[in-house]
Order: sequence, then C-alpha cells, then structure tokens
Amino acid sequence: MGHAGRILRQIRWYCGTLMGDTHYRRYVEHRRRTHPGEPVPTEGEYWKMRHAAGENPGARCC
Amino acid sequence: MAAPAVEEDDVTYVRTDPELPPVAIIDRSPITLRHKIVFGVVALLGAIAWALIAFARGETVNAVWFVIAAICTYVVAYRFYARLIEMKIVRPRDDEATPAELLENDVDYMPTDRRVLFGHHFAAIAGAGPLVGPVLAMQMGYLPGAIWIIIGAVFAGCVQDYLVLWVSTRRRGRSLGQMVRDEVGAVGGAAAIVAVIVIMVILLAVLALVVVNALAQSPWGVFSIAMTIPIALFMGVYLRFLRPGRISEITLIGVALLLLAVLAGNWVAETSWGQDWFGLSKIALSWCIVIYGFAASVLPVWLLLAPRDYLSTFMKVGTIALLALGILIARPTIQAPAVSEFAHSGTGPVFAGSLFPFLFITIACGALSGFHALISSGTTPKLLEKQGQMRLIGYGGMLTESFVAVMALVAAAILNQHLYFAINAPEAKTGGVAESAAAYVNTLPVGGDPITAAQIKAEAAGVGEASIVSRTGGAPTLAVGMAEVLHRAFGGPRFEAFWYHFAIMFEALFILTTVDAGTRVARFMLSDALGNLGGPLRRFRNPSWRPGAWLCSLVVVAAWGGMLLMGITDPLGGIYTLFPLFGIANQLLAAIALTLVAVVVAKKGYWKWLWMPVIPLLWDLVVTLTASWQKIFSTDINVGYWSLHHHCQQALAARTTKCSTARNVDQLNQVIRNTFIQGTLSIVFAVLVIVVFATGAVMVLRAARGGGTPLAEDEPAPSRCFAPAGLIPTATEREVQRQWDTLAVSSAKSVGTAAH
Repeated sequence: MGHAGRILRQIRWYCGTLMGDTHYRRYVEHRRRTHPGEPVPTEGEYWKMRHAAGENPGARCC
Repeated sequence: MAAPAVEEDDVTYVRTDPELPPVAIIDRSPITLRHKIVFGVVALLGAIAWALIAFARGETVNAVWFVIAAICTYVVAYRFYARLIEMKIVRPRDDEATPAELLENDVDYMPTDRRVLFGHHFAAIAGAGPLVGPVLAMQMGYLPGAIWIIIGAVFAGCVQDYLVLWVSTRRRGRSLGQMVRDEVGAVGGAAAIVAVIVIMVILLAVLALVVVNALAQSPWGVFSIAMTIPIALFMGVYLRFLRPGRISEITLIGVALLLLAVLAGNWVAETSWGQDWFGLSKIALSWCIVIYGFAASVLPVWLLLAPRDYLSTFMKVGTIALLALGILIARPTIQAPAVSEFAHSGTGPVFAGSLFPFLFITIACGALSGFHALISSGTTPKLLEKQGQMRLIGYGGMLTESFVAVMALVAAAILNQHLYFAINAPEAKTGGVAESAAAYVNTLPVGGDPITAAQIKAEAAGVGEASIVSRTGGAPTLAVGMAEVLHRAFGGPRFEAFWYHFAIMFEALFILTTVDAGTRVARFMLSDALGNLGGPLRRFRNPSWRPGAWLCSLVVVAAWGGMLLMGITDPLGGIYTLFPLFGIANQLLAAIALTLVAVVVAKKGYWKWLWMPVIPLLWDLVVTLTASWQKIFSTDINVGYWSLHHHCQQALAARTTKCSTARNVDQLNQVIRNTFIQGTLSIVFAVLVIVVFATGAVMVLRAARGGGTPLAEDEPAPSRCFAPAGLIPTATEREVQRQWDTLAVSSAKSVGTAAH
C-alpha cells in the first residue's frame, strides 16, 4: 500500500507540475524571497500576468 | 571493481559558496564492470534485432523487433555518443548558473525539474511530423525508412537539438535568428530570419493540408475536432474566472469531454443534419481552418490557445504511450517489403523521386528536423535547471521523437500494402472509388495477394468511414494502422471505428495546435522583422499595437492559407507536390542551425571535434540541395516543378488540354500557377541556405586563421542550486541532494513549470 501510494503521489506530482498547477505556489515563494514584505498577487492575477507576458506562445514543431 | 577510496578520488565536489552544499559534481569514475556487461547485452540484442529486420526475406517479421532495435540503438547512442559530445564539445559547467536560475522570475524564466522539462520539450518538438513522414516513406519499403529514422536521429537530429540547446543556454536563451546574426554575421542573420518565416509558412500550409485530407467528407472526424473548440473555450473561461491555476483538474475534464465527443461523433455522423453540417468538402474545410488560424492568432492566449495546448500535451504523451503498449500487446507482423520496387525506380505514386534524396526529405521530423532548433533555442533554455541536463533534454528528447517515428512506421508497415497504396495514391490515379482503386493498386509491383473492391469497402466500413480511397497525407493511413493495433490490444473489433476516429482526432488536435500557435509565432516574427527595418515600420515592434498584430496575422494566414488552397485544388493532389517542399524547407532550417553550431564549435577552438556537427551538416546539405536541384532543374515532369510548368505552358499554347493529370484549361492554368510558386519557393530556400552556409564557412575559415569575430557568449555567473543531471540520480547526486534538502532555506527549490 505504501509503495503504491508513493507511485501514485509521484504520478500526481508529475502531472501537476507538467501542466502547471504548482506554478503559482512557486511564484509566491519567489516573491517572498525577492520582494519580502510586499503584497503578493492572487492566483487569478498571477495567471493574467503570465498570459499577458506570454502573448507569443513559442514555436512548436510538426 | 575499483576500491571505494579510488572512487572518492574520481569525484570532485564544486562549491560556489562555502555556506552551501556543493552545486556541481564532477564524476570521472571509470565505467563499472556491471555497466559494461549491461551495455554489452543491450548492444548484442540490438544487433540481433537489426539483423532480423534487415535480412529477413520471404518470412514475416514481428513489429516488436523494430521496437527492440530502436531502443537498443538509442540506449547505446545516448550512453556513448551523446556522452562523447558532452565531454568534447558541450563541457557542461554545473557550477555556472543557467539562464533560468540567473533570470528566474517564475513567469518565463523558471528552473524546471529535468523530468518535467523533458515532457515539455518533447511535447513542443513532436507533433504530426514524425507520424506522417514515415507513413509516406513506406512506399519505398520499411528498411530505408527505419535506418534513416534511427541512425539519422543518433548522428544528425539529436546532435542538432542538443548542440543548439547548448549554444542558446550559454546566451541567455537567445533565438536562432539572433544567434546566427551574432555569430555568423548580419547577412547570414538576415537570411536566417527570412528563411525561418518562409519555412514556417510552408510548414503550416502542409500540416493544414494533412488535416483537411484526413477530415474531408468525414462528418464523424469533423464533429469531434470541431468540438475541441468549445471545449477549449470552456476550459479557458474556467481557468480565468472560476478556478485559476487548477490546470490538471480542467484538463482531465477536457479530455473526458473530448472522448465523449469522439463517441458522439458516430451518432452525429449517422443523422442527416450531422452529414449536412459536418460532411464538409475540402475547400469548405480549408476556409474553416484559415478562419480558425486567424482567430487563434488575434484572440487572447488564455481563451483558446493555452487550453488547447494543455489538451494537446496531455493527449500527446498519453496516446504515444498507449500506442507503444498496444504494439507490445498486439505484436503485429509486418506486411510491407523491406525495400520496394519504387525505391529503385522512383516512380511511386505517394511522392515522386528516387530514394536518394527524396526518402531523406520525406522523413524529416523523426530523423532530423530543423524546426526543433526554434524550440531548443529560446523556449527550453529558459526552463533549464543545470547545464548537465542538456544531454537528457536535447539529445534524449529527440531520441524519443525518433521512437515515435518508428512506431508510425510500424503502424504503416503492418497494413496490407495494396490497401496502403489505395489510401495513399492521389485521386488522379485511383479514380476515387473502390473499384477503380482496386484495379489500379493491383497493377502496382507490391507483391502479395491482389485486393478486391469489396475488401477496400469492408476496411472503410470497419473504421466507420464512407470511403478510404485516396485519403492522402499520411494521417488516415496512420489512423487505420493505429486502429488495427489498438483494437487488437484494447477492446476488440467493435472498437476499431472508435480507435480510428480517436487517432484522427489526436493527430488533428496537435496539428491544429501547431497551426494556431505557429500562426501566432510567425506573426510575432514578421512584426519583429518589419520593426527592425526601422523608419515608420518601427511601430511593428510593439506587440500590443493592435493594427500591427491584425495586419501581420492577416499576412501570415493569407500566405499559408493561399498555399493550402493551392494544394487542395492541385490536380495532382497537394501532398504529392507540396510534401517534398515541406521536407526540404524543414531540413534547410536544420542546415542553418548546424551551420551556427559549427561556427561556434570552430570559434571555441574544438577543431578535433568539429566533425560532430559538420558531418550531419554536409549530409543534410547534400540531400537538400540535391533535392532542390532536382525540383528546379529535373527534366522529369513528375519531379521538376519548372519542367512541368513549361510542359503545361506548351500544352496550353498548342491548345491541347492534356498535361500530366490536368484535363481541362482551368486545371492546366492551375498547374502552371502552382508549379511557378513551388518552383520559385524552391529557389528562394536554396539561395537563402547557401547564403547562410557560405557566410558560416567564411567565419570558420577566419577562426582557423586566428581571426574572426569573438564569441557572443554571456559572462558566466556562479550557480547557487543543485540538481541531478540524468534521469535517474547517481548515489553521489542523491547524497548531495540530501544535503540541500536538509538546508532550511534553499535558494532555488525546483518545482515544475510550463510554457503557459
């Protein structure tokens, strides 16, 4: 059970990080480190900023 | 076995801060006996598999041997050749910060776990290309394609991806065009930027053509693909307003809806309104895709593009894994010959020309794809945690794409070869219906039992389509092959039609993702290039200037949309004439990327190892320039664009209405116009690449004489984080990782990231 649970957790971790679920959490950590004491944007604001900055989606191959 | 004390001496720990654990491990320990035995066994197994597929004549070969030959070759190449490149050219310095660590802002620069980045990089480089090329190349038999896909990837494609990633990572993730300008010079740089934009347009047109050919007159296919748009819009709104950041959650919902759409397609296709609305002609479908491409390029990213990307990434990784599993479970036998008649004669109906150079053009993605250079520069370096991980991401990522191509090859090779040609020969040859198609393919020198019209119809009914004759472009063939594998492995005959449409939906999904993202990227490239011209055009540099964005989008869409319509209406069938142009364009881009790499290697003074990028570069130049030469100068009207052009002009002047497959004045004019555009593009590509290569060669010679411009590398900054290099951490890496984990305040803890 413990073994299967660990594998399941790892799959969840992989999918979550691959898709981007953890990005906001790490952004908050990053802000706390680089701008301590300043207010941190909410998750919705963070993604708005991401999409505004990422207007160019980057090339993709065939 | 070495004594532990000696092993200690082979490992050096590098620290950049005495307060912190080591940031890099330099491991010089020699290969252990256990590893020697393991790699020896892998090499032996690979050799046996290669011998079986290469020398089997008359008896059937099991598809599993292809998988074994490929994987064993990849393992040996990754362990030894990629390692040699790493030691002699890349020389990763894990004590130096990567662009991601140095400029981390958690918006576009983000140090990303290597396994997650591998997934991203793979999803960005692999799409329909490695699936389509090998299918078309099957007309020459399975062996030439298999050798080129596997060996080409090892010595050319992977080397390009890996070394471009290296060059860009040392330059803060600069783009290919910028780097060519910095290292090769202004002329080469300008030629490279123009080449990238033109090549992008061809790529988009051909990919859109593949989708149109797969979906025309297929209400089931069109319905399931059309449904991806409302699903993506729903996902976009959900993430924007309802639950921001819950990406896995909404992607799972999206995938479930998508599967539902594929299932519902069967029912919709049987209703009369379903056939009216979704049974679209090729021309109507082309207009839909053109309008969609334009909309995706000007709509906000969050609404359509980002959610489609999530779906596409998820489906890509999932379906490829499913197909590999399916092949291992179903273990189908190969029906195609090792080397077919058409390899020698060059008269095959799928694409024109002889094995050399056209096989190497037709299979571009999967063996060597210049387009990857756009992802290895710019996108991936901004997410890379450690320089030592470049081998896994760059070289390993391309090996994975090569494996996808091998699976596509297998899916086409297990089909009855008469059926294969009935699907892939243009309508001008098959006549478009089962009876004439059966009569035509039975005249082809493909061996095996002849096929009947009833068998072709039964196959179409099995996959739930009205007809599968002349469904060129590779996607339907692959879908038939995949349905064959997957229904045998999962679900049985009742599921054949479902798996066929699942495969079509999956291919169309990521082709459309490439089309919408590509249109947008090309729009940015165009406005950037225009802005750099200066003067009143400088306004184009501002990406939020809406008229500029609309105008550039319109130009890009008109360019590829025009080519798409040209391909759709071409009497010879667009794939037959346009696919070679796509392959040539893609590989000429590889020539530009490899020229850049060769210049950098020369400037760094690694003369002894210059052959590593130069051998694939010269091979690529010989192949692509020979192909361009034949396309421009060949007197065979099936190969040369201009000879067909003149031939039809003469026919028109002589008032005959018969030229190649054209049968009336309209078609004649069409052929004349199309061949003019295709012939002109062939010349433009070849000239641009010769310019880049020549300026690069001059730069290498100047470097050899001790002159030349200096390298444009960035000043290195010390790293303050640690991460293992390979997929599986070594014992020493685990130990160092433990030290970092126990450190209370880690300066840069790695969490995964995504491009959006």
